[in-house]
Amino acid sequence: MTLNAFLFQILNGLSAASGLFLIAAGLSLIFGVTRIVNLAHGSLYMLGTYIAYTFATKIGGVTGFWGGIVATALIVGVIGALIEIVLLRRIYRAPELFQLLATFALVLVINDAALWLWGPADLLGPRAPGFRGAIEILGRRLPSYDLFLIVIGPLVLLALHLTLSRTRFGRLIRAATQDREMVGALGVNQAVLFTSVFALGAALAGLGGALQIAREPANLATDLIALGDAFVVVVVGGMGSIPGAYLAAVIIAEVKALCVGIGVVDFGFVTINFSKFTLVAEFLVMAIVLIARPYGLLGKAQGAVRSIAEPEEPIRPATPLLKALGAVVLVLLVCLPLLAQSTYFGSPYLLVLGIDVLIAIIFAASLHFIMGPGGMHSFGHAAYFGLGAYGAALLVKWLALPFGAALVAAPLLALAGALLFGWFAVRLSGVYLAMLTLAFAQIVWAAVFQWEGFTGGSNGVIGVWPPPPFDKSWVYFLLTLVLAVAAVLLLRRVLFAPFGYAMRAGRDSALRAEAIGIDVKRVHWLGFAIAGLICGVAGGLFAFAKGSISPETIHINRSIDGLVMVLLGGVQTLTGPIVGASVFAVLQDTVMRQTEYWRALMGAIILVLVLAFPQGIVGAFAALWRKAGGRT
Amino acid sequence: MTDIMLKVESLSAWYGAARILYDLTFEVGRGEVVALMGRNGAGKSTTMKAIMGLIAQRQGKVAFNGDDISRLEPYQIARRGLGFTPEDRRIFSDLTVMENLDIGRQPPRRFADGAAAPQWTPERLFALFPNLAEMPDRPGGRMSGGEQQMLTVARTLMGNPLLVLLDEPSEGVAPLIVEQMANTIIELKKEGLSILLSEQNIHFAQLVSDRVYVLEKGQIQWQGTMAQLSGSPDIQRTYLTV
Amino acid sequence: MSVLELRGLTKSFGGVHAVRDVSFEIGAGEFLAMIGPNGAGKSTCFNMINGQLAPDSGDILCDGKNIAGLAPRDIWRLGVGRTFQVAATFGSMTVIENVQTALISHARESYRLWRPAASRHRTRALELLRQVNMQDAADRPSRELAYGDVKRVELAIALANDPKLLLMDEPTAGMGASERHGLIELVKRLVVERGISVLFTEHSMDVVFAFADRIVVLARGRLIADGDAASIRDNVQVREVYFGTGKTFAGASA
Repeated sequence: MTLNAFLFQILNGLSAASGLFLIAAGLSLIFGVTRIVNLAHGSLYMLGTYIAYTFATKIGGVTGFWGGIVATALIVGVIGALIEIVLLRRIYRAPELFQLLATFALVLVINDAALWLWGPADLLGPRAPGFRGAIEILGRRLPSYDLFLIVIGPLVLLALHLTLSRTRFGRLIRAATQDREMVGALGVNQAVLFTSVFALGAALAGLGGALQIAREPANLATDLIALGDAFVVVVVGGMGSIPGAYLAAVIIAEVKALCVGIGVVDFGFVTINFSKFTLVAEFLVMAIVLIARPYGLLGKAQGAVRSIAEPEEPIRPATPLLKALGAVVLVLLVCLPLLAQSTYFGSPYLLVLGIDVLIAIIFAASLHFIMGPGGMHSFGHAAYFGLGAYGAALLVKWLALPFGAALVAAPLLALAGALLFGWFAVRLSGVYLAMLTLAFAQIVWAAVFQWEGFTGGSNGVIGVWPPPPFDKSWVYFLLTLVLAVAAVLLLRRVLFAPFGYAMRAGRDSALRAEAIGIDVKRVHWLGFAIAGLICGVAGGLFAFAKGSISPETIHINRSIDGLVMVLLGGVQTLTGPIVGASVFAVLQDTVMRQTEYWRALMGAIILVLVLAFPQGIVGAFAALWRKAGGRT
Repeated sequence: MTDIMLKVESLSAWYGAARILYDLTFEVGRGEVVALMGRNGAGKSTTMKAIMGLIAQRQGKVAFNGDDISRLEPYQIARRGLGFTPEDRRIFSDLTVMENLDIGRQPPRRFADGAAAPQWTPERLFALFPNLAEMPDRPGGRMSGGEQQMLTVARTLMGNPLLVLLDEPSEGVAPLIVEQMANTIIELKKEGLSILLSEQNIHFAQLVSDRVYVLEKGQIQWQGTMAQLSGSPDIQRTYLTV
Repeated sequence: MSVLELRGLTKSFGGVHAVRDVSFEIGAGEFLAMIGPNGAGKSTCFNMINGQLAPDSGDILCDGKNIAGLAPRDIWRLGVGRTFQVAATFGSMTVIENVQTALISHARESYRLWRPAASRHRTRALELLRQVNMQDAADRPSRELAYGDVKRVELAIALANDPKLLLMDEPTAGMGASERHGLIELVKRLVVERGISVLFTEHSMDVVFAFADRIVVLARGRLIADGDAASIRDNVQVREVYFGTGKTFAGASA
């Protein structure tokens, strides 16, 4: 690459940075004040692209385009305010996990709403009136619209900075970022403050989306892509830091632009196409930053958010009743193949469903292991499921590995991934950890999706069937059953062993655990690895059960499914994930397959769960009990 | 009874399943300094938070300046002139002293009888707390515990309150600062403010309070004037175990 | 020989000296109080000794070994126990599980994955709980304990590695007067029985004057006095920066 080409790519990067900054700044502002990581932020951005497209095409001209961009920002701001008033206001006191789930439910609902309103096809907007041309710079032609975008980012940064430092509204935002309850006790109406901050953040996302329509088509996949990018930017820049968000946006955008600019390079012994590595490069930047500065470039360690969740009961060994119940269920499950063949209500589908449920149980139990006793709220557990599933499938496809060996290799690959990602993840906690794990899972997904030659890209890997006798569904069911029971019992055993105690001690109070000689990060890292290993078993079983694997099955939705399963059953109990996974898997296999708008349906289920049981099902039962007898 | 600023009747509060307060009934008169005393965990801080509306699960009636405030949000309560300085200070550490004061700012207000309440400006507060005057642009996070304690009180006063809930102002600060806090409370009383103070340090409470309620396990076990308490080593031993 | 020796300890934050050239030592079996105004550098000093902060310069010698800059868990392994200003337990565990977790860590068994923890070191844990009069609460969830009892359990945990030095950050903060004396009497008894040295910070002058063998006073990051109760009480400088007239506490009246 020549120097001129290099500089030209820098300009390209700067124009992309503005879009990244707008969405990341809004996410960061909202998180700062409300302490909610708004997973629907990418969806607001996506709405921005669709709404601006509609203005630009239906009204058209200068008014339709430029007026439309302003109107879009306002409309998305109003949508944001409505979301805050109708939904978020009810869950500020709920545990962090529920807040994340609720906003993810919005992602699903908004996506299906956009599908319904605008249809599945990509929609390319018109070019920007007044900026249709290109300017010759460094011997190349740069669209003048890109120059406009380069200027927009710093302008918004300046405006936000002045608002935060010079106005009372800004001071209130900064104060509420630290201690919203105290701000209320000093006479500030928090409800109004929260709504306006959310509206401002949403408007920024809408503006970011609207500005993109002259460059990229509106597309239903933008929501999660934009969200992933915004996460990386916010984590790199430091949560809550607006200048940090701009700095990080520039760095990330530049690194990506340079990857594209470098393109294919022949090193003599190997040829690398760098433009395929944009996502990996983004991840590398984030990893380096997190090693050097765990709270981002300009961020600082956040004080622990005042926890409102009820403290947990000590875990006790299973009671005789529970053991008996477990034995009964186990006997029933062993008899299921017979039941499936019975004439009255039997059906071969029963075994397929049974296998799905058992795989879900392994998946949920392994997630619960780090989420509950480990206190690490992973939003990317699909990564280890994916590594297991793809690992097994690819080993069979490329190396013709036998079934047994592939099934053993699957968890080992997941373990390797968990060791790598976990090393970074355990350095963070709370929402930071949630976002980082999610980013890792997105990277695994993107690698699988982009690396077409090896993984089959969007088509996935097909024809991964187990050999006889496992090709019979009842045999495969029994194999799955044995592995599921082993996995659940193993995880239980570890929890009652010294390691489980050390892990819980680290969760209850990292400071105190360190003060009695426990290396909390190492313990949690190992916990993360164990969870990954077990999750890999589920992935391997899944690939052979379905005979195929595609990127879709390891998408973020699977991570969220896991969270819903665990929360449905109750995160504070050891049997919770088993019950939750069973109920969820049955629901998914029966109800969800009935409609095209399954995302919205899933979102609705999550919202009901979150709004009806904001303290979790266990908490809801406890509250009911208190109302009945606890008070006079 | 216009002389009663704060009247609490049958106040109860819960944290989750645990009941912390049991039917507390007490009052604070205009211009009076009343001490809530008791051991750690007796329910002093919970009482203040419950009055301020900061505890969701509460029952009972709280009347302030003649109005029922028991169903109001914390910000509405603050806007009626009830100030709150929490035990853990809760200074906005990223904001400077001046900015912290600005967050607490509220319009001037009057008592129910129309008399003007003492009105505070940064200048007046700097006269009351000379230490703060030396550091208007210092971020709250870089102040010592004693300075933060003063800033908390000053921030609350910026709201021109009629009554201040002062939660353990002597906790965790050096004897010299404790003495300054005592002098400040005496000054505020002279201005006509009412103060409800929670305290474990009897020596401190003796310097500033008119009356005392002693809390134990969320219930009022004893009430009387400060003079009565000072003159009764028995009561001190039984409830305060001095 | 001294159990702990600080030599020229210095730490600054953003150009502001929090602790400047502080040196003192603690003898074996000594009960040493560190007092001073808020912001004098007591917590900074403490956190450098327990490993939460690394000093900019200076040495911290523990039995002759320099521990400056080591991680808290490594300092603990060298026999330095600690309690916290705000006491708390591992809330999801019973009282005895709290102590067992510390004993398991002391025995370097924290990475064992198989044999249940409940059966490990139970006798020793009960013995420690007995020493702090908490044996009857052994199987209760620790989060149900009253604050004074939490302080006792924390003490039992701090004793789990047979420390030769105990660091106590405001051990009586948040306690009533009689509880204060009860707790410090307990500590003093254990210290004498086991020959442990204690360094503690404290704002309750009643406690300091009643129990400390020696007192060091910090102000603006510097050591301004080091001596027994009588000499500190009469020190004009300490009176000026810290005690005031003494009317807010008993026992210091000249």
